[in-house]
Parts: sequence; C-alpha cells; structure tokens
Amino acid sequence: MVGIGSFGGYVPRYRLNRMIIFGSMGWLNPVIITNARGEKAVANFDEDSVTMAVAAGMDCLRGVDRQSIDAVYFATTTAPYRERQNANIVAGALGTRDEIRSADFAGSLKSGTSALLSALEFVGYNGGKAVVCAADCRLGKMASTQEMVFGDAGAAIMVSDQDVIAEYKGSFSVSHDFVDHLRGANTKYDRMWEERWIRDVGYQQFIPQAVQGLCAKYGLSPSDFDRIIYPCYYGGARKNINKVLQVEQEKVQDDMLATVGDSGSAHPLLMLAAALENARPGEKILLVSYGSGCDALWFEVTDNIKKMQDGRGVSRWLARRADLDNYQKYLVWRGMAPAETGIRGETDKETRWSLVWREHKAILGLWGSKCRKCGTQQYPPQRLCINPDCQALDEMDPVYLADKGGTVFTYTGDMLAASVNPPAIYGNVNFNGGGRTLMDFTDCTVEDLSVGMPVEFSFRIKFYDPKRDITNYFWKAVPAVGEVK
Amino acid sequence: MAEGIRDKVVILGMGCTKFGERWDAGSDDLLIEALTEALQDAGIEKKDIQAAWLGIHIDEINIGKGATYASGALHTPFIPFTRVDNFCASGTEAFRGATYAVASGACEIALAIGVEKLKDTGYGGLPDSPAFGQEAVLIGPNATAPGMFAQLATAYAAKYKIPMDKLKEAITHVSWKSHQNGAKNPRAHLRRAVTKEQIMGAPMVAYPLGLFDCCGVSDGSAAAIVCTPEVFKKLKPNEPMVKVKALQISVSSGEEAMFTRWDGAGIITTQTASRKAYEEAGIKDPRKEISMMEVHDCFSITELVTMEDLGISPPGGAPEDILSGFFDLDGQIPCQPDGGLKCFGHPIGASGIRMIYEMYNQLLGRWPEDRAVKNPKFGLTHNLGGVPTQNVCSVAIFGVD
Repeated sequence: MVGIGSFGGYVPRYRLNRMIIFGSMGWLNPVIITNARGEKAVANFDEDSVTMAVAAGMDCLRGVDRQSIDAVYFATTTAPYRERQNANIVAGALGTRDEIRSADFAGSLKSGTSALLSALEFVGYNGGKAVVCAADCRLGKMASTQEMVFGDAGAAIMVSDQDVIAEYKGSFSVSHDFVDHLRGANTKYDRMWEERWIRDVGYQQFIPQAVQGLCAKYGLSPSDFDRIIYPCYYGGARKNINKVLQVEQEKVQDDMLATVGDSGSAHPLLMLAAALENARPGEKILLVSYGSGCDALWFEVTDNIKKMQDGRGVSRWLARRADLDNYQKYLVWRGMAPAETGIRGETDKETRWSLVWREHKAILGLWGSKCRKCGTQQYPPQRLCINPDCQALDEMDPVYLADKGGTVFTYTGDMLAASVNPPAIYGNVNFNGGGRTLMDFTDCTVEDLSVGMPVEFSFRIKFYDPKRDITNYFWKAVPAVGEVK
Repeated sequence: MAEGIRDKVVILGMGCTKFGERWDAGSDDLLIEALTEALQDAGIEKKDIQAAWLGIHIDEINIGKGATYASGALHTPFIPFTRVDNFCASGTEAFRGATYAVASGACEIALAIGVEKLKDTGYGGLPDSPAFGQEAVLIGPNATAPGMFAQLATAYAAKYKIPMDKLKEAITHVSWKSHQNGAKNPRAHLRRAVTKEQIMGAPMVAYPLGLFDCCGVSDGSAAAIVCTPEVFKKLKPNEPMVKVKALQISVSSGEEAMFTRWDGAGIITTQTASRKAYEEAGIKDPRKEISMMEVHDCFSITELVTMEDLGISPPGGAPEDILSGFFDLDGQIPCQPDGGLKCFGHPIGASGIRMIYEMYNQLLGRWPEDRAVKNPKFGLTHNLGGVPTQNVCSVAIFGVD
C-alpha cells in the first residue's frame, strides 16, 4: 500500500495584521481594504522557501530514520537558486543519505502536488520513502492585492509503502497555460491579470474540472469525500465551487487565509497537513491544487493516523506567534526597502565552494562526530577527540545533531553587529547528549532567554552575498516551541 | 622543569605615544614617535638595536603583511624585524620575541614595538574580519567583540546566582574607576571622569554591556628596548633596573568552545598563564605580593572575571572586591592606574607594551603623585586576545631592583 507516511507543517513566527498594511498603504490603493481581514504569516529576515521547507520537513520526519529516505523533492516558485539544486540543500539539512533521488519542482503553484504525485509514483514503482517539502515566500508590490493575500509557510508530506496513514487511491490532472499570475525569470514581484477573470475562469472552472475528472475516472461523486481541500482566496468563488460540486461547507477545509495567507506551492499541502491533524480513520480526502491547471488527489485515511497525531502539523506553529507590528520592518526583511546597517553590513563575505563541499555535512546537516573511545559528542566534527582526557585520533562516528536540541549556555543581544532585526542574538549552546557550539539565535528576544533553557535548531539563511547572489544557510537556535509565550 | 627567564632580561628604555583618535598620524608617525621616546629613554642609537619584533593585529588596514612597512618607516639598518600577531596579545608577543632573543643570548639589545591605526578603519569598534577562518564565516554567529565578551556576564550571573543588576553594579565600578584614573593621564585617550549614573544609563551595546562597559578604540604605538642586565649596568650604572620576572602565554585548546566542562564564567588561559607566571616569578600569594596591575579590560566584565582568574579574588568574590575599592588607585592592588584599555585606549598591537610602559614607569617612580602607586614591588600585565571560547592570554610580571 502506497500513501502518506507522515506530514508536517511550518508557519513562521511573525504575523502581520492586514490592517497594518492597509494603514500604511491604503492611501495609495484604497481597494486593498477588501482583503484586509485577519493576518498573514511573514518569514523572519533569515527565512526563505528553502528554510521553511526544511522546517516543515523536520516536523514531518520527527521519529523517522533519515537514512530510510530514498527521495527528497522540493516544490516552490521562490527558489533561491536557478542552478544549484535547491532540493539538495533541503536534503542535506534533513540529514538524508547521499544515494537518493532529488528534484526541484517549480513554475506553478501546483508544483507542490506535482512533487507529491511524483513521490507517490516513485514509491509506487520503487518502494521505500520519499519526502516532499514545499514552501513559498512570494512578494507582491507595496499596496497590491498580492501583498495582502500572500503569506509565507511550508509543508511536507512523506510518502511511504509501509504503515501509511492515508492510502493514495488515485489522481486526475489538468494543465493550462492560463496566465493569471506571472513572474518572469528576472522579476521579483508577482503580476496578475484582472481578478474577475482569474476568479470566474480560473478557480471556478478549473477546480471543478479537476474534481469532476477525478470523480468520472473512479466512478465517484464529490459528495463521497469527507474532506475537500483546495486553495482559493476568493470567498465568493469558494461558495460557487462548493455549490457546483454540491459539497457541504463543513466538509471543505479552511483555507487559512485569515491566519497564514496564500502560501503558494505549499498551500495545498499545508491545508492537507492541517486536515490530517484531526482526520479520522476511513475518511476520504480529496486534495486539489491550483495554478496553471490543477492536480486532484484522492486519499483514504487508515487506522495508522492516530500514531501520527502527536502534535506535528500546523496547529503548534499557528500557536507559536508574535505580532509583526511594523510595516517598515516587513519591507526591510523582505528586501523591499534599503536599510542602513552600517559599515558592518557592507562586509564582503565570499563563499569558498571547495571548503563548503568539504564541510557540507557539518554545515547543511549540523553533523557532528561522536568518539568511539569515550563517547563524547562534538561539533564541528573533529578528528582528534575534544575530550582532554581522551584525544583519540580518527575514532569518530558521524552524528546528526540538527534534531537533538540543546540548552542555552551563554547568550547576548548585540546592537553593534549588522542586522536587520537587531539586536543580533547569539550564544553558546550545549547539545543534548554532549558538545557545545556558538551559534546565532532567532525567533526570540533577549528577554525570552535564560541560561539553561531548552532550544531547538532551525535551518536559516546565514547570510546573503548580494555581490554574487549567493544565499548561505546554517542552523540557528530557537527557544523550544512552548518556551516563549 | 625549564628555569624560565626570571631576571635574565631588563628594560633599557620605553616609549608610548598618546593614544586616541590620531587623525593626523599614520602608522609610520606613531611608530617613529614611540621608538624615538624609547631610544631617548634607553640612551642608545637605533643602530644599537640588534633585532626587532613588531606587534600588530589588524594588518590589512594598517600596514599589510610582514614587518617591512615598519622597518621601512623606521629605517632600521637591515636587522631582523619580525611581525607577530596573536590577537590582543600581539604587543606582549612582540615583547616576548625580543625578551627571548636577549634571554637566549642571541642578541644583547632587542626592540619590541607595537602599533595599531584603528581609526582608519571607518568602524566604531573593531572592524569585521574572518578572524577565526573561513569555516567560521559559514557557521559562526554574526558576532562582535562586545557580544562575545558579554556572554561572560550571562554565564557568571548564572553560575554564582547573582542578579544581573548586582553584577552590573560591580562592572559599573570597574569602568568608573578606570575613568577616574584615565582623567589624570595626559596620554590617555578618554580623559573625562564619569558618574556611575552615566555608565549605568548608557545605551546597550551587547546585553548586559553598555557603552561605558567597552574600551576605547584608538590609534597608538608603544615600544620597549630590552637588554641583558650586563649591558644595562654598562649603559646605566647605578640606575634602578626593571626586570622581567615572568612572561607566560596560554592559548585555548578548543575545549572551551566544544567540550562542556568549562563554566563560561572565567578564562582558562588566564588561570593557566597566571599560575605559571607566579611560579616563574617566585610569587606564592599574588593577592599579597602583587603591587599593581594592568589587565585586559576590553570590557568591564572581562576585568571582573580576570580578578578571579588571576587568583587575586576568590571564585565569586570579584564583585565584592571591586565594590570595596580594592582595585581603585588608592586600594590594595591598584588595577589600571593609567586608565586601562577602557580609557588609555586600545590600539591592539600596542596595548601589551603600553601596559608594560605603565608598570615600568610606576616601578621607577616616575609618575606625579596623583597617579603614582605607592612603593610598588611587583607589577603585573595581562592581555587577553580573541574571544572567551577561543583566546590567547599573556601574563607578565615585572620587578625593580
């Protein structure tokens, strides 16, 4: 049986109330008031689609042996690299083997479900496990509808041929060169055609087309499904789609527009993760994506679901929130407005790729080493054991530290260091199980921290080199979820 | 056990420029100024120097690599001139090079000179640099010196269960005292006494360190000419002789940064170097025998933990000693009588030699009464370079006969 083995979600900590956007930009485009309900999730200054995909993947793979993963697929329309496989950065962070299949899925908002279908087909053909990590971090111009609607998030689905929590039953796809939203190869901001057309011809025709196609293919009716999941940020269109499909409102999964916003490629999978958090055995789930067409996927929940309803998913991330009470901060974090970060912000940091390759395990996966002689865990990986009483040479086994967590040993909040989210918070962290390292902290304030408090590790942008268009990633410490109120 | 260098090397002459924002002076001007004073004090000519060591840390901005900038600026006559860099201990490292050369018998008169021209960097504070290598750029935090040293405070407060506002009170006294001393010193960079309220109320630089918890960033140069006791007696018969009693360096093993044994509330290298230095100098009880100190107060919290690391204050006892005035100019062991890094300033490569300059002149009783330490016997200098988890410490002890 092939299907979903696990699921995970990620919503960044900061939420921007849409009335703050309207309050700042309504003077330019008063009509954005029509979308000024609720809040949208905003990636921290050190987050992007890769980091959010990793965060969702970490959530999804809790308790899963990383060495058992056979394929890693990354879906997004906001990949940091056009050449350098983004999925391999994600895979490296997740601590998978080198001998895996990897691929980037891009180009449309249905890339998340395209990746999921490929994963299902991979596992159906080869067996094993494949994980799909999707995330998006799309930008609309100031005072645009897109700025109001778009939110940042990630979602991950692991496909497996064993112990599945939701069996994959079938799919149906439609593909159209329907250009409602567009970004050229060198464009930063989304551009859209008239919204009435997108609503009436796009969402209201293609989603029913995909659902009806799937139903016809398998002899089903939309009302046979217990949950129907599809993204559509037009409230009126959702009502019409439900009416056309003759499905009751309560069977339709909440679109999280009021809490997250439209998270692009990740959004169908994010909604699926939210649905799986409280799905019951036997439920039939219909998952539909939208963007240059639609993919429709049919799943049936199994008894195994209860084992995975352990806190993974979306709810805990939604609960872990902080107000981003400042529109200008949002602009600076997203690189939409130049900000003075002083001479330290001008430091040229060149990336030496041969060094990065040599150390890629330690950098991407926070792999340390553990001494076979004395058992001491250490980071970065050492050849000579760091234990002064041991100092064995070349007696190390690699150890994946990214999911180990740790405790705060020392910390500070530095106003001198260049940062677009000052103070720069960093300190020494003791890994659970041994070893210590100095690292940046994020998603917290200095006041949140204390010596000895538990932290988790989160994959983040270490620095961006604007001269060479290089995004470097590394792990940062964040207070363990639940630690910061 | 090696016998060390106690009493084998003496100071023949020293020079030190005014530290500060020397907008009109380049590294070459500063070097010339320090050496000229040192030669006059020593009563020798440049051609009498047989070997030289240059201490400098931020080389790219100041003088590039090697020591040829210095030898060219000073027109030294084709003698060996070696540049040394060991973070903030670079000045003392240069002094060690000269001292070891004399102690070994390789030469009789040697020069140690340090310089740093920080005010051409464009930075407030020290410039960014990949000081710990390229891998650290990829995995290390976006850190500055105050942020790295500030962590001593969070660890110290946690270890000794002392509330942060109490600790802040003690480190405020550290800076207050140095400003008192610096105000009296015409060569110091910062010459204004400040109130404790000003210190406490200053903007935060790196929690819990405020602006006045951080030392001055300065331009300056200092020079020491050292020789054998025999040469000194020949050149300066009947004059008191300042001798090197001990000179020890200790460098981190990596344990602090990666192993979980270190408590984070003190500096292992300072503990190591000072114990070796006391042994070399024959000092049994430093709290009783040391007369005065110039320590590496890059930040007020560094000075606080250093008092314990040097074995002057008991573990956890530095705040009490500090607040009781033990280290004030009129206290039992005056610390930073010249104002310290805090107020005299911190041109990195020059700082170690500047500290020795202060001890040397105090031991010779050359300073006016308002800033003279009474009847000093042993003076101690201490440098700490790098960051608390990865550092270089030097401890030197000087005495007068």
